[in-house]
Amino acid sequence: MNKALLEMRGITKVYPNGVVANKDVHFSLREGEIHAIAGENGAGKSTLMKIMFGMEEPSEGEIFIKGEKVKLQSAQDAIDRGIGMVHQHFMLVPSFTVAENMVLGMEPRKGVGINYAEAVRMTEETAKKYNLAVDPKAKVQDLTVGMKQKVEILKALLRGAKILVLDEPTAVLTPQETEELFRELKQLREQGHTIVFISHKLKEVKAICDRITIMRSGRSEGVFQTKDVTEQEISRLMVGRDVVLKYDKEILSIGEPVLTVQGLGVNDAHGKALLTDINFAVRGGQIIGIAGVEGNGQTQLIEALTGSLRGVSSQGSVLVKGKDIRESDILDIRKLGVSYIPEDRMHQGIASDASIADNLLSTQYRTKAMNKGPFLNGSRIAKLAVSLVEEFKVRCSGPSQPIGMLSGGNMQKVVVARECSTEPQLLIAEQPTRGVDIGAAQFIHQKLLELRSDDCAILLVSADLNEILEISDSLLVMYEGKIVAFFEEPSKVSEEELGLYMLGIHRQDEEQIRRAVNHV
Amino acid sequence: MFKVKYFEYIRTSAVIVIALAIAFLIISLVSNQPVKTIGIFLFEPLSSKGHIGNVIEMAIPLMFTGLAVSLLFRANMFNLGAEGIFYFSGVVTSVLAIHLTLDGWLHPIVAIAAGSIVGALLSAIPGILKAKWNANELVTSLMFNNILFGVGLYLLNYHLRDAKAFANVSYKFEKTALLSKMVPGTRIHTGLIIVIVLIIAAHLFLYKTKWGYELRMTGINRNFARYSGMKTAKVIILVHLIAGFIAGMGGSVEVLGMYNRFQWTSLPGYGLDGALVAMLAKNNPLSVIGAALFLAYIRIGADMMARLSDVPSEMISIIQAIIILLISAEQFLKFWKNRMLLKEAKEA
Repeated sequence: MNKALLEMRGITKVYPNGVVANKDVHFSLREGEIHAIAGENGAGKSTLMKIMFGMEEPSEGEIFIKGEKVKLQSAQDAIDRGIGMVHQHFMLVPSFTVAENMVLGMEPRKGVGINYAEAVRMTEETAKKYNLAVDPKAKVQDLTVGMKQKVEILKALLRGAKILVLDEPTAVLTPQETEELFRELKQLREQGHTIVFISHKLKEVKAICDRITIMRSGRSEGVFQTKDVTEQEISRLMVGRDVVLKYDKEILSIGEPVLTVQGLGVNDAHGKALLTDINFAVRGGQIIGIAGVEGNGQTQLIEALTGSLRGVSSQGSVLVKGKDIRESDILDIRKLGVSYIPEDRMHQGIASDASIADNLLSTQYRTKAMNKGPFLNGSRIAKLAVSLVEEFKVRCSGPSQPIGMLSGGNMQKVVVARECSTEPQLLIAEQPTRGVDIGAAQFIHQKLLELRSDDCAILLVSADLNEILEISDSLLVMYEGKIVAFFEEPSKVSEEELGLYMLGIHRQDEEQIRRAVNHV
Repeated sequence: MFKVKYFEYIRTSAVIVIALAIAFLIISLVSNQPVKTIGIFLFEPLSSKGHIGNVIEMAIPLMFTGLAVSLLFRANMFNLGAEGIFYFSGVVTSVLAIHLTLDGWLHPIVAIAAGSIVGALLSAIPGILKAKWNANELVTSLMFNNILFGVGLYLLNYHLRDAKAFANVSYKFEKTALLSKMVPGTRIHTGLIIVIVLIIAAHLFLYKTKWGYELRMTGINRNFARYSGMKTAKVIILVHLIAGFIAGMGGSVEVLGMYNRFQWTSLPGYGLDGALVAMLAKNNPLSVIGAALFLAYIRIGADMMARLSDVPSEMISIIQAIIILLISAEQFLKFWKNRMLLKEAKEA
């Protein structure tokens, strides 16, 4: 019956830093199906898709389209062959209108200028053909995330894509927006398109996909008819064992507030409010979670807590152990006992060319214990590095290995090890398990809970709802720079209910939100 | 089999071999006696004590500037200001060598210290501009080279020039200011000891102290350094001060070790050569010794070749150009690295 529309054979990809992202992967796509690629973060899904889309060249392996061997050397090659991709992080120009974004790189001309009316017409025509309503004249920066995604899909369709690759399309969507996306995808399938759906969310995979390729640590674990496998089976194949994120948390007596945020407001350079009247407190031995769709002020809140507010006008106060830190620099804040696991480890969290030991040292190298006269105390440092590598089970050849050669999960373990090793009184954890395999994620969660038992106050910001509902003692929801909800027992909140608050559809009254300050 | 971690060493060696091979090829095309010419180029620098001395003499200033540039490159500062500072500190030292009267051992120390401190202060300017306002250090340092050369030449022409001399040179230095020679029959001077001590100190500083640690981390990822609580602006200014100090000392030592008058009427080029030394040494202080000796060796070889055969010494520029080009070309031999990676990945 259906023969392969696209086939990838024996794909191996090794990145220059030594990371093996794909190992002898086979993948085959039939015309007119929705095909899921499921796997944990770091399993090699995105790399495989980048290879399919011509953004990365495989170290080994071949690609066939309709039986013909092809070499995809750029995204343009892939587009020419009818492959379209919707990236996890949208590739749109925010200050342009929808129509302008749609025709970017293939603008209809009128003399030397761009025929804007024609661009609008093309957009409308495509939108109508595929029954995806967008406003061609709206600016992209004013659109919701779901709308932006629609524009990305239309963009690919306009370029003649018959195969549509969606990289974690639901990661930034609320449950309601996700449902709408699924309706659209089914409709595209009926019109004869083939869709590759990358995800690690099993419910979604079960809901709309015909077949599923499961990946684990760079290898393909096999192809299945979605209806023939249960969620449990998929998860076992993805992880190699059964996983449920479920932890037994000790009931702790809660200490004094370590972090108190009162009436915090921050505006950007144009006077637009980024944060408005933020009030909450985090006490010793307590984990406060912050949930929200990305881009609703979480980043600005973290910046305010980690020393980026200097010289920025702000209202209210941010007190760490009673001291207002808004004008403190990072070193002063760290000296108060604050540790910080940053969201983007490559950007901030590690120095990738430096050794693991050097990366573990960066928050401690000033201390008396690590110095001997004018020199660093080599034997102490070695001891610290060896013990942390052991304690955090970092898989490496030794502490002198450059950290850039480790896998994402092991890098993150080094970051967490470093931030936990200074006996912090307040830990700010921003997406601590993003892009990390499940084993490392569980390990990191255990470490957070251990710190909690040691009376550390923890602020957890995460887009992973399962994580945040399971780990947090109390939960805040942010929407458009404001706190819109406070839950004292997150494990009793369903993801759907949370979604309504994250979308801004529901909102608690002031009284309920205020409890975030005084609750015990 | 070769391991990926040795890749950079292999690559550097391959670059040198290719550069030399091309040099030999050109020599055999140009020269009437190619075998003899290549022999001169390769072995003449070792032929006598005097020639070996020439190699070491030339390596001393290269070590100074190579070390200074290595430290800057380590902090990810692409600053080529060692050139102007080397020159200007030489002028400053000359002034003190001419006009100051001091006891024998104190005179060079004072003169060199002055040159070094002036070098440090001048170097701090691009550093501060970079740290505070993110002004591109490459641009400011190159402009500074011109400014320092202009001011230095003005001082030579209008204040230091010896009217009785036949060339545009300064008055003679006081005898007490000159650095003593160490090996009879050569001009190898005590500057060699100074630079070796400095290199060892820089090695210890870079790898064994917290300041060196801050410097390395800032160089690898400034965001990471800042996030860890380091004051990266201070680190950047500090590395400029140190590098300027070393480059300035290099100029001062060179003037007092090799000459008895100040006589540079153009930039001597050691600062830019320092960048080449740093590249060859992979910004490692200890490797600077070997890299500087190598560069000095092929230069002396080329000089000898020009003197004793029919190939001009400009030949050396071709070798240097190829080395710089290939070392900075990231793609060079990358396919081979990818293959090694693939192989190691399969074995793992």
